[in-house]
Amino acid sequence: MNTVVCLKQVPDTETLIKVAGTSIATEGIKWVINPYDEFAVEEAIRQKEKMNAGKVTIVSLGPDRAIESIRTALAMGADDAVHINDGAYYDTADPYATAQVLAAAIKGLTYDAVFLGKQAIDDDAGQVPAFLGELLGLPVVTQVIKFEVSADKKTATVTREIEGGQMVVEVPLPAVFSAQKGLNEPRYASLPGIMKAKKKPVDVKNAGALGVSAGPMTVIKEMSLPPARQAGKIITGDDAKAKAAALAKALHEEVKII
Amino acid sequence: MAGTLIYAEVQKGEIKKGAFEITSKAKEFGGEVAACIIGKGAEALAPQLAKYGADKIYVVDGPEFENYVPEAFVQAFVQVANTVQPTVILTSASAQGKDFTPAVAARLNVGAVSDCVELKKEGDKVIAKRPMYAGKAYALVEAVGTPQVISVRPNALGFKEIAGAGAVEKVAVNLDASKIKVQVKAVEVAATTEPDQTEAEIIVSGGRGMKGPENFKMLEDLAKLFGPTATTGASRAAVDAGWRAHSYQVGQTGKTVSPNLYIACGISGAIQHLAGMGTSKVIVAINKDPEAPIFTKADYGVVDDLFNVVPALIEEIKKIKG
Ligand SMILES: Cc1cc2nc3c(=O)[nH]c(=O)nc-3n(C[C@H](O)[C@H](O)[C@H](O)COP(=O)(O)OP(=O)(O)OC[C@H]3O[C@@H](n4cnc5c(N)ncnc54)[C@H](O)[C@@H]3O)c2cc1C
Ligand SMILES: Nc1ncnc2c1ncn2[C@@H]1O[C@H](COP(=O)(O)O)[C@@H](O)[C@H]1O
Repeated sequence: MNTVVCLKQVPDTETLIKVAGTSIATEGIKWVINPYDEFAVEEAIRQKEKMNAGKVTIVSLGPDRAIESIRTALAMGADDAVHINDGAYYDTADPYATAQVLAAAIKGLTYDAVFLGKQAIDDDAGQVPAFLGELLGLPVVTQVIKFEVSADKKTATVTREIEGGQMVVEVPLPAVFSAQKGLNEPRYASLPGIMKAKKKPVDVKNAGALGVSAGPMTVIKEMSLPPARQAGKIITGDDAKAKAAALAKALHEEVKII
Repeated sequence: MAGTLIYAEVQKGEIKKGAFEITSKAKEFGGEVAACIIGKGAEALAPQLAKYGADKIYVVDGPEFENYVPEAFVQAFVQVANTVQPTVILTSASAQGKDFTPAVAARLNVGAVSDCVELKKEGDKVIAKRPMYAGKAYALVEAVGTPQVISVRPNALGFKEIAGAGAVEKVAVNLDASKIKVQVKAVEVAATTEPDQTEAEIIVSGGRGMKGPENFKMLEDLAKLFGPTATTGASRAAVDAGWRAHSYQVGQTGKTVSPNLYIACGISGAIQHLAGMGTSKVIVAINKDPEAPIFTKADYGVVDDLFNVVPALIEEIKKIKG
């Protein structure tokens, strides 16, 4: 089975964010593969391994630094990559524009499935999978937690997370899927994997070369930090029981929730 | 039409609260407020939307809409949107809304602004405030195309009763069946009456300090005392240990919640956990370690063993409730 995985490089979840203009200050940030995209990469590799055939192609829009995350995915076991290295485009791209670029990059490839993360943890948009499906004219299944392909590779049976439960759907391939936590446990890149990754092909392009000029459909006008939360009151008392009584009183009289 | 079209989501035979939140918000923008409700049995529910400001309610009802199938719902909604020609489309950023909203925007060939917590009208445009970087920053965002498609985080806006004209119109949609490729094989929804974490007004959450799955019973008991709008949650440590299902996880790779009250029991307050609950209106932390970072965010902190505090708290609340 051939798959394409869309991978975004994002700040590590521990990063303390500082605002710079309508964006964030990027000095000192440790960049990692978007956690949901790791599930996507892992699933694509597992499907290839299961069938003992096919290949996994990583597609990423990002500046120079994105190559490190692309190499990590190649070290995990992906076969090749398309790096749309276009810092200027990337800086203004919103999910709509991003999807235009990814779709243009994917159109020339051969694939049975496209995997993405359910959400990039920097913009927290959760939109690219839907836009990409629309642009490629393919069905989209989001929030996937279990993925199985029929022997003839014509359909996938997929479990997706829904509110308060799960839904099992069947969809003809090719199709677009977005990964949710629970789909799998991503592997670490092995040392031989890292060595091999250095020689795997990465096709570097820019948005113009893909014939894409679509601008963003959303514009950030202002970026700010959340209002600082003041540490509140520590409830004191002789023992746990007295503290519990004081807390209950506060919830009743101050918060007025009981 | 210079007005707003809202999508009223139906779950388990009822309109979700989030739909009322966006309807009463839309009323503030001026212009007509239209609502579109899709589902089997939706017609009977439609009039409720008038109470929160809907002037016109488009109903798409039929057996084919029993389950949420993205393509069918998107086609139906887009047909209504093409008739209404709104300048703004509001949806709820619920689990379903997160799937539905970008698909609608994509079909209308415009952008979307997800999971917003504040909306304000500036001239003809709505400017939305939304968290990014897991709530570590907030952006003011303008969608430049028309309509502006905006999803709103449940519980963020509140709602008020405000009468709308409430004219109900049943719409017959023509679905292009050839495009409906995803077939639903099974739906499993837990038979709980608890609200989803994202919509709950009160969440009692447990972490590694709970020591085992059996002890979550105590948190469920506490939650029940707060009534039907309360539920329980968990940290990733509790979920990874297998004590709670992932659907309970609050945080960066779990759910983002903003209840009126969040009670964290035996949770240290790692940055990824805070990312999911930092916008809660009141935070209570119960932790035996006075240095736990959760105390820097908590409105009320109790430094003690939760196995003593929680049972006592249950008794005290029972006393107050009499
Ligand atoms: C990419 C990534 C994503 C992540 N996403 C999430 C996420 O979505 N949600 C999330 O929660 N975490 C997430 N994490 C994990 C996060 O970093 C923490 O590891 C996790 O939140 C810790 O859970 P905890 O507070 O329950 O456990 P711990 O940090 O171990 O804290 C347990 C606390 O319980 C207290 N305690 C113990 N016994 C008692 C007692 N008897 N009475 C009172 N207090 C007691 C201890 O003092 C301690 O403070 C993520 C991490 C990464 C790297
Ligand atoms: N710049 C990018 N390059 C490659 N894939 C991306 C990019 N941005 C987003 N994606 C993919 O789209 C998913 C959802 O992103 P978003 O809609 O931005 O939350 C991510 O998990 C990625 O799989």
